[in-house]
Amino acid sequence: MLQNARATATGEPLAELLPPLTDQEALVESNRCLFCYDAPCTHACPTHIDIPRFIKKISTDNVVGSAATILEANLLGATCARVCPVQELCEGACVLGAEHKPIMIGRLQRFATDHIAAHGIDIFRPGLPTGKTIAVIGAGPAGLSCAGELAKLGHRVTIFEKRQLAGGLSTYGIISLREPVPVSLAEVESVRRLGVEIRTGIGLGEDLQLPDLQDNYTAVFLAVGLGATPALGIPGEEHILDGLEYIEASKRNAAALRVGKHVAVIGAGNTAIDCATVARRLGAERATIVYRRTQKEMSAYRHEFEFAKGEGIEFRFLAQPTRVIATQTGVAGLECASVSLGPVDRSGRPAPSPVPDSAFLIPADQIVKAIGQEKWPWAGSLQLVTDRGFLKVDENLETSIPGVYAGGDSVRARGSCSTVMAVQDGKLAAAAIHRKLAQLQDKETAA
Amino acid sequence: MANLSINFAGVRSPNPFWLASAPPSNSGLQVQKAFEAGWGGVVWKTIGAPVLNVSNRYGAWHYAGQRMLAINNVELISDRPLEINLREIAEAKRNWPDRAVVVSAMVESTPEAWADIVRRIEDTGADAIELNYGCPHGMSERGMGSAIGQVPEYCERITGWVKQASHIPIIVKLTPNITSIVSPARAAVAARADALSLINTVNSIVGVDLDTFEITPSIGGKGSHGGYAGPAVKPIALNMLSALGTDETVSAAGIPISAMGGISNWKDAAEFLLLGAGSLQVCTAVMHYGFRIIEDLCDGLSRWMDSKGFATVAEISGKSLPRLSSFKDLDLAFRAVARINDERCIKCNLCYVACNDTAHQCIDLVGNNGVSVQPHSYSVRENGKAQAVESRPQLRVREDDCVGCRLCFNVCPVENCIEMVELPARRPSTTWDELSKTRPAVTEDWDAMNQYREQQGIHIH
Repeated sequence: MLQNARATATGEPLAELLPPLTDQEALVESNRCLFCYDAPCTHACPTHIDIPRFIKKISTDNVVGSAATILEANLLGATCARVCPVQELCEGACVLGAEHKPIMIGRLQRFATDHIAAHGIDIFRPGLPTGKTIAVIGAGPAGLSCAGELAKLGHRVTIFEKRQLAGGLSTYGIISLREPVPVSLAEVESVRRLGVEIRTGIGLGEDLQLPDLQDNYTAVFLAVGLGATPALGIPGEEHILDGLEYIEASKRNAAALRVGKHVAVIGAGNTAIDCATVARRLGAERATIVYRRTQKEMSAYRHEFEFAKGEGIEFRFLAQPTRVIATQTGVAGLECASVSLGPVDRSGRPAPSPVPDSAFLIPADQIVKAIGQEKWPWAGSLQLVTDRGFLKVDENLETSIPGVYAGGDSVRARGSCSTVMAVQDGKLAAAAIHRKLAQLQDKETAA
Repeated sequence: MANLSINFAGVRSPNPFWLASAPPSNSGLQVQKAFEAGWGGVVWKTIGAPVLNVSNRYGAWHYAGQRMLAINNVELISDRPLEINLREIAEAKRNWPDRAVVVSAMVESTPEAWADIVRRIEDTGADAIELNYGCPHGMSERGMGSAIGQVPEYCERITGWVKQASHIPIIVKLTPNITSIVSPARAAVAARADALSLINTVNSIVGVDLDTFEITPSIGGKGSHGGYAGPAVKPIALNMLSALGTDETVSAAGIPISAMGGISNWKDAAEFLLLGAGSLQVCTAVMHYGFRIIEDLCDGLSRWMDSKGFATVAEISGKSLPRLSSFKDLDLAFRAVARINDERCIKCNLCYVACNDTAHQCIDLVGNNGVSVQPHSYSVRENGKAQAVESRPQLRVREDDCVGCRLCFNVCPVENCIEMVELPARRPSTTWDELSKTRPAVTEDWDAMNQYREQQGIHIH
């Protein structure tokens, strides 16, 4: 599958941006690593991969051992190698960063994980069967990580996924420029080979009810992610495309995605930049990011902002969309009001307020919104306690319902959502579930 | 500008750098190209007995991405016909009269064979002859090379034959594959050699192929020990050079030493000069990068000499030899401790792990609140650049416990970050030699030693 990914990397507009490191590049780069002790890169990594160790293994030509080091801490190492904001995590903390150039940790991680994928090497085997069954809801990074870790310990895991394909955002929401779909699906397969059953097209709250799961499984892990993009509440909203759907279409069949000549993207997070990037790469003459605050308040990473400028994406700050201008032939533009920033609001950023009589038009024939996602909508009906709309969990990632655990974006009340954080949640939840099952086992044995 | 020219046992060259007797000086074409590049002299690749070579001759030791820290070879002496070598030697000397042309020789161990080769070399107009008593592979199996160098009596006898037959300076090249380098050197001196040179290559097996289990390099499935040279052998060469310089018999002879063994740049060259070299020979670095490296060898050495006020190479030669001491004469009260410069420190913790795992456990990790912390003491939920960087502890040496081993200084990857600082001695200066004379019991008996330590306030835990 990875070979397919490479094959498409030749000249296609959305092909993976960074080429794989050659053997020689990997050798030179791995030898540059100082092999820090108690290294800050490992501290900065949410899954705490022993980074100096995996890098030194590349330098000693033990690439399989290197991949094993990565995957022991992070089952989705191939995805994280591509999608992690390394500038904010491992590479940002590299001791060589200050006076020199940090080690290319992400790309070395990709080198090692690609190696085992290309050679069909499985690092882990299913554990000896324990007879315990666990249901995991959602086959995104948190769900796959939790399921895989539990399978390694011998538990029987079934993942229920509402979409047709597993992988979550890695399959549907990360632009191919960063992670081609086959990389995500290869990871799904590696989890399947650990004995995890993945049943797709089944959604919790729709086709599946929590009490039934509790009856049939010893534990449940909710890795349900977030909900839909919220409404802007402006006239003509029906003409606005959903950013995540826009990206999904670009991943499924880029050729079939209709891209406007001038695309306006509402929002200034990483997804907004992804949408604008897709638009530009698929032929939009202009892609304008429309944001009601300024560059300073953008939630996109700094390096993403720099990347966007390199892609020729334009930014229209202090602009609040007020109305979609549409004619019979389609979208003609996005009417906005100028904004002035007031005192800091609940989000910790200056509150934007429209300036009276400041309406102006951003000409656009396609408008996409990427303004975050709503919380998972089923928490209330399942009687799960929430924290500002996110599932409330304790330090073991157990929800208010005993035996029901949760992790990933759906619990991320604090800090920013990311794949690697979800993987860590899955890993920690698996460990907590395993501990709990061991306790239950002890009780049963004692009785 | 410093004057780089030398007069080595009567052999003059415009700078002290000669190609060592090795593949780079295998032919007239190469030698004249080297002279064009600026080399001061050459020692022609050894001529003499007839040989046939094998292929896959050179192995190498690479480390952490650095190629060829050392080279290992099973190449023999020159396999080109003797007549061709002699003709090209004559031609090179005729074309480059100001350069040193020394010819290395090795023949079977009879007075006739040596007298014959000496006569033929002298006929070329060469400046000197170097006797190859060092080659550790192949030729040694035939009773030549290191088979001579390892037996001082042979060394003396053959040098004697050569001296009787020759009219130009004779340089005896020594093998390092011997317990004491001084013995063959004294033998050469006894036979009135005009100069010495060292070191020849070190016996070595450079590696084993992990797929085929063959010795590296493989010659049709088999391998043989070879001669090891290059940057990795430099410290061995420096030691052997200084052993000659500090030996009374050898130094009393007053003959110059041409030194080699891992000289790759002008700094290496200066170190060899400081320990007594009169000329310098280079091989591996040239085999790695070509003749062009002569430019910086001369340029760097010359600028360093200017900065230190040396006008001639001869002024440098042996300047550091008086600094060489036996352990028994070192000051036991001298005290140095490691100090880490927080501004320069990048917190890689390599000094910490080296000190704590393998040395004397006197470097601490100190948290932002000034309290010592253990490594890996963050929670699994902590992450991110800011967390990792801001909470990273400082490295601090507990100077009272530091024994001054200097391991941290050596592992630190940052220039001028860890400094070994001299602190005032805590007791009067003394040496082991003085102790063994004034208080012999202390040096022979643990109880007396413990008493002495108590008295002197020496606490070793």
